Amino acid sequence: MSKPLISKIVESVPPSGIRRFFDIILSMEGVISLGVGEPDFATPWTIRETGIYSLEQGYTTYTSNQGLLKLREAISNHLYHTYGLNYDPMEEILITVGVSEALDLALRAIINPGDEVIIPEPSYVSYKPCTLFSGGIPVVVPTYLKDGFKVTSSEIEKVVTDRTKVILLSYPNNPTGATMDREGLLEIAEVAKRHDLVVISDEIYGQLTYDDTYTPFPSIPNMKERTIFLDGFSKAYAMTGWRIGFACSIPEVIRAMTKIHQYTTLCASIIAQKAAIEAITKGNDRMYEMKNEYNRRRQLIVNGLREIGLPCFEPKGAFYAFPSIENTRLSSSEFAERLLLEEKVAVVPGEVFGRCGEGYIRCSYAVEQQLIEEALTRMDRFVKRYRK
Amino acid sequence: MKEILKILEQDAKVSPEKIATMVGLSVEEVKEKISELEKKKAIIKYRTVVDWEKAGEEVVYAFIEVKVTPERDHGFDAVASRIYRFPEVHSLYLMAGDYDLSVVIEGKSMKEIAYFVAEKLAPLEQVQSTATHFVLKRYKVDGVILEGKEEDRRLPITP
Repeated sequence: MSKPLISKIVESVPPSGIRRFFDIILSMEGVISLGVGEPDFATPWTIRETGIYSLEQGYTTYTSNQGLLKLREAISNHLYHTYGLNYDPMEEILITVGVSEALDLALRAIINPGDEVIIPEPSYVSYKPCTLFSGGIPVVVPTYLKDGFKVTSSEIEKVVTDRTKVILLSYPNNPTGATMDREGLLEIAEVAKRHDLVVISDEIYGQLTYDDTYTPFPSIPNMKERTIFLDGFSKAYAMTGWRIGFACSIPEVIRAMTKIHQYTTLCASIIAQKAAIEAITKGNDRMYEMKNEYNRRRQLIVNGLREIGLPCFEPKGAFYAFPSIENTRLSSSEFAERLLLEEKVAVVPGEVFGRCGEGYIRCSYAVEQQLIEEALTRMDRFVKRYRK
Repeated sequence: MKEILKILEQDAKVSPEKIATMVGLSVEEVKEKISELEKKKAIIKYRTVVDWEKAGEEVVYAFIEVKVTPERDHGFDAVASRIYRFPEVHSLYLMAGDYDLSVVIEGKSMKEIAYFVAEKLAPLEQVQSTATHFVLKRYKVDGVILEGKEEDRRLPITP
């Protein structure tokens, strides 16, 4: 072809930096990976068994576009009883193929070309590309260790223009493990109200908050009507491969998102939806067990990182530690690459999560305790060599 | 307390130092709590789950359903204590349903277990009847799956 084959927008987005070391790792033996963004547990058996049973029963069809009503009802119940959130399963909940799809739908449903989306960084790697794919313009707000990686309303307000449409929040945060307290959210709600903004809140790690302070954004008074709340089953129930997420918002927004979903995806897998019903109704004991295990490892890894001389913020949610590596005088990419080659420990350089992630690395503690300990021993040797 | 027990239930060898880090208490506090739990017998014993077959030993297990006549003043406790004192008895439970006592026997051979039932268990005067079921294979013992750990199938780096 003589015309450029690939669209300008797609061409402009770099491939995800997170996969850079992928091939090196695959060619090495004995690597301990702290680079994995998913639970190390397989899905609890009762959930898997339900998936198997639903196949046996012949549940191999499409579901309604919005997803199985029984699943939407179960989600609605769970949100009401756990957080006091009110979402009508008929009109205000949409089942998606993971939160990834929900995020894409949310942006495409509300963004007009040139609309600005405020994204606090460090952040999950999809936010900027999905914003661009939807025709929006990502506007980054850095967050800092000194604020516990919380985004502040004043930082947000500094970048608000008359083109701003969305604030994209993601707490508990991947990669920092930061959470927002209620006061902080109240201030952001004020900004949203003042400038008439929509808040897309990706709370996939909400159930993995370790200090009982988790506040879903739509629980802030008067915020439901301007919030698109995103959550899913991947992290809390160890169901990443099933790809089930959901979006909750007012009917007008859910209808718009469903329209895109209907024409592009049709519906999420029925087998996975059946399994998700089992997860949310009967999988919670096991979910708490996994959460408690993450919590133990969290203390272990944070303590361990600090002991080997890497200052580490105490993450309050998700399953990542985000230590500073500045005292090694290496960039986060150099650190990750050398650590992998010299000590066979894989971590993710902070810079892939945004420019202000430079100087940090992401270490997942969704890894068995013994492996965390071995990784820390290896990192100790490494840091001793480089620390000035 | 519960958190400490959960950790030790999974692995009795975890040091108090490590437990202290995991639960956010001082080492002294953890040691104190553990000895308190030991004193009140919430922690009964520290043991090792052994797969004797892998260790090259012949071990046979049998579940024996025992019907017994309870005794005045003692109910089932007296006969139970006569039974559980035999070292061959691995576990003993009082059951609701078709029979009264479930006796789990550990022996070196079927013959040895048959001998125990015929010579020791069945002749007890409170015992009305026994039904012996031999174990063919142990899959899961005390919450531990003996064979086949699930493989980590994750990609090494994911967002």
